[in-house]
Amino acid sequence: MISSLSKRVLTGFAATAVGVTMTACGGGGDSAGDGFDGTIKVGILHSLSGTMAISETTLKEVEEMAIQEINDAGGVTVDGKSYKITYVSEDGASDWPTFAEKSQKLIDADKVAVVFGGWTSASRKAMLPVYEAKDHFLFYPIQYEGQECSKNIFYTGAVPNQQAEPAVDWLFDNFADKYGKKVYLVGSDYVYPRTANTIIKEQVKSLGGVTVGEDYIPLGNTEVAPIIAKIKTEFPDGGIIINTLNGDSNVALFKQFKAAGITPDKYPIMSFSIAEEEIRQIGPDFVGGTYAAWNYFMSLGTPASNAFNEAFIEMYGDDRVTNDPMESAYNMVYLWKAAVEKAGTYEDLDAVRDALIGIKMDAPQGPIEMYPNHHISQTVRIGEAKADGQFEILWDSMTPVAPITWNQYVPETKGFACDWTLDRPDAGKFKM
Amino acid sequence: MELVFSQILDGLSIGSVLLLAATGLAIVFGLMGVINLAHGEFMMLGAYVTFVVQNLFRPLGGIGFELYYIVALVASFVVTALVGVLLERTLIRRLYGRPLETLLATWGVSLILIQFVRSVSLAMVLGIAVAALIGLVAQRFMPMSLKQASFSGYLGGAVWAVAGVLGIFSINIFVSFGRFFKNPWFGPRNLDVTPPKWLQGSWGSIAGIELPGIRIFIIVLSALLLAAVAWFLTKSVWGVRIRSVTQNREMSNCLGIPTDSVDSITFGIGSGLAGVAGCAITLLGSVGPNLGGSYIVSCFMVIVLGGVGNLVGTVISSMMLGIIQSIIGSGSLLLAFPGMPSGLQAVTEFFATTSMSLVLVFIFIIAFLQFKPTGMFPQKGRSVDA
Repeated sequence: MISSLSKRVLTGFAATAVGVTMTACGGGGDSAGDGFDGTIKVGILHSLSGTMAISETTLKEVEEMAIQEINDAGGVTVDGKSYKITYVSEDGASDWPTFAEKSQKLIDADKVAVVFGGWTSASRKAMLPVYEAKDHFLFYPIQYEGQECSKNIFYTGAVPNQQAEPAVDWLFDNFADKYGKKVYLVGSDYVYPRTANTIIKEQVKSLGGVTVGEDYIPLGNTEVAPIIAKIKTEFPDGGIIINTLNGDSNVALFKQFKAAGITPDKYPIMSFSIAEEEIRQIGPDFVGGTYAAWNYFMSLGTPASNAFNEAFIEMYGDDRVTNDPMESAYNMVYLWKAAVEKAGTYEDLDAVRDALIGIKMDAPQGPIEMYPNHHISQTVRIGEAKADGQFEILWDSMTPVAPITWNQYVPETKGFACDWTLDRPDAGKFKM
Repeated sequence: MELVFSQILDGLSIGSVLLLAATGLAIVFGLMGVINLAHGEFMMLGAYVTFVVQNLFRPLGGIGFELYYIVALVASFVVTALVGVLLERTLIRRLYGRPLETLLATWGVSLILIQFVRSVSLAMVLGIAVAALIGLVAQRFMPMSLKQASFSGYLGGAVWAVAGVLGIFSINIFVSFGRFFKNPWFGPRNLDVTPPKWLQGSWGSIAGIELPGIRIFIIVLSALLLAAVAWFLTKSVWGVRIRSVTQNREMSNCLGIPTDSVDSITFGIGSGLAGVAGCAITLLGSVGPNLGGSYIVSCFMVIVLGGVGNLVGTVISSMMLGIIQSIIGSGSLLLAFPGMPSGLQAVTEFFATTSMSLVLVFIFIIAFLQFKPTGMFPQKGRSVDA
């Protein structure tokens, strides 16, 4: 008879041994069995180290959860056979060339059927040429600036017409009476905020408003005193602020805003990168009362949303929260599964990609559908951050909004569209 | 006038954050000549100590909780100073006079500290304790014959390697005990440190200029710390010893000054000051494992510009950088001189964003160092030889 302590010791040794073995094999899945007819290997590529690890590890967790749910429910059925999904996880290390390198490794060495990965636009831009050159297949889960439409990438996050544009409309509808149609833009200094702000400026102009100021902070910088001074000069008695900062700078911004008296009662602030997790990190004391635009909020309260939240908490602990990017990451695994089952193959990537278009799904956020431009239709919601770390949903678009990948406010892309069902060389960007 | 005054206030507050962060480094780098790339991570440790103290005080509620910050300031100094002394005794001491190795070693330490706060859990702490215990016991009870053998150096390394492997095994054993052992204390996420109520918000206004509580507090704190450091270095016994070791190590040693302890104390104080800086910046920004990285570069910038090893230089250069950043970045030049020629105005506008004002600060420093390569206040006479 083995005492419970020595059992634990044994488990410990076993865990180490397994750990060592898995590391040696590059981590990831195990062999088939358990009544499956075979396995399909997929790739997961997120930053597990470096600055982006904080956000990106949550996507890996939720993708693992989706894979486990699918396996528990009998796997992927292709041609009457059931396949178990196994995965190889790689670390993009918050370094964009590494994303490209690891993508190549996943495609060439691991021979994965699809890759789920990325967060920053910079990482996507680095990966894009790899997937196009190898004619392979990437799912990208984050809300981004749009202005891109690759045959080899499927985007399950919002494009500006599904997040930023409705948010600006909403701000003007609610606050233009009091503060006029004037906005101040604050963003991190990289591609997403700059492109998003270009779009917002065009939109503000076409709505008859003015962008009174625009400022960018290098990623990770925490000094916002000059911005506060400028906002106070432009808006001495309050005004609308649109915030596209990413990461740590948000904490600095909201803490210093409060100290300087820029508070939500006089300055409505709309953020595009503040979700449930960020409220907790910044502290509800500072971010409470500000607004955010997303497609999914944890507080949504529909049965599908509650089931998603409960499954995640069951797996990762009750101190955890879900958010919009996680919901997108969860959806993309199911969208891919549905496409494989519809196509009847997982190896013929062209067939799977064709099958994906038109796939509908009841996601935690509500119904979504993959459009011919490789983006999905989503419901837009606007919420107000509350003291309990959740959002109170103030407005939603009622029905899913179709994705517009080439922005119609920006003169250079006005009139262009993307439709991969068309058989033409310029299907990614053509004049409508 | 009002505008100028408020810009200068902003500049002073940006500068005092820089000063606070750089004072500790000025001591370690300036007086000891140790390029401590882990300085930013000591700030990060100070911020984490603040987080822990905040959570310990939370149950008290009310006025008790409001006072946590004062305790946190002291605790962050003490804890980081102790970690600094430990680091000096175990690592830095072996590398004196080898700046390149020190640079690499402290960089390694910074990576270890970052990963440590990300993944530290009860299981990990216990595992490290087990490894340390096995290693120390094995060294202690090693037979004399083995200790004197020609391969004893390798043997010591081998013992520690075995102890390390056993430590990893025991971490896995502890992990299997359950969530309480396994769950990381902090994790890779950013933490929420909320300043006490009396620091949040504004402390009134003078002549129409808001006085944000946090900013004023940091200006006062950095002034007090600077005064304390200046007093310590010039008036206290240990301060005099530190300065004498800085000037001539051999001679001080001959005169009976315990140079070993002086080194430990100097490094400890430098680290402790980094801890206090870390505690202070929880008021302004985020608390996470990567906190140090965003400050270390500006710290070195301040020190190099001010002249290595000179406190006055550190003060002036940090205030100068703060004021430049604030005046350029906020675009107030445009408002102060409305009649600018359009070309000049375009240039000013171009630099009037936060990121461009930082670029301008770098350009300024590079240009300045072309004319005065040793900084504003270079050390005179016999300088750091270590």
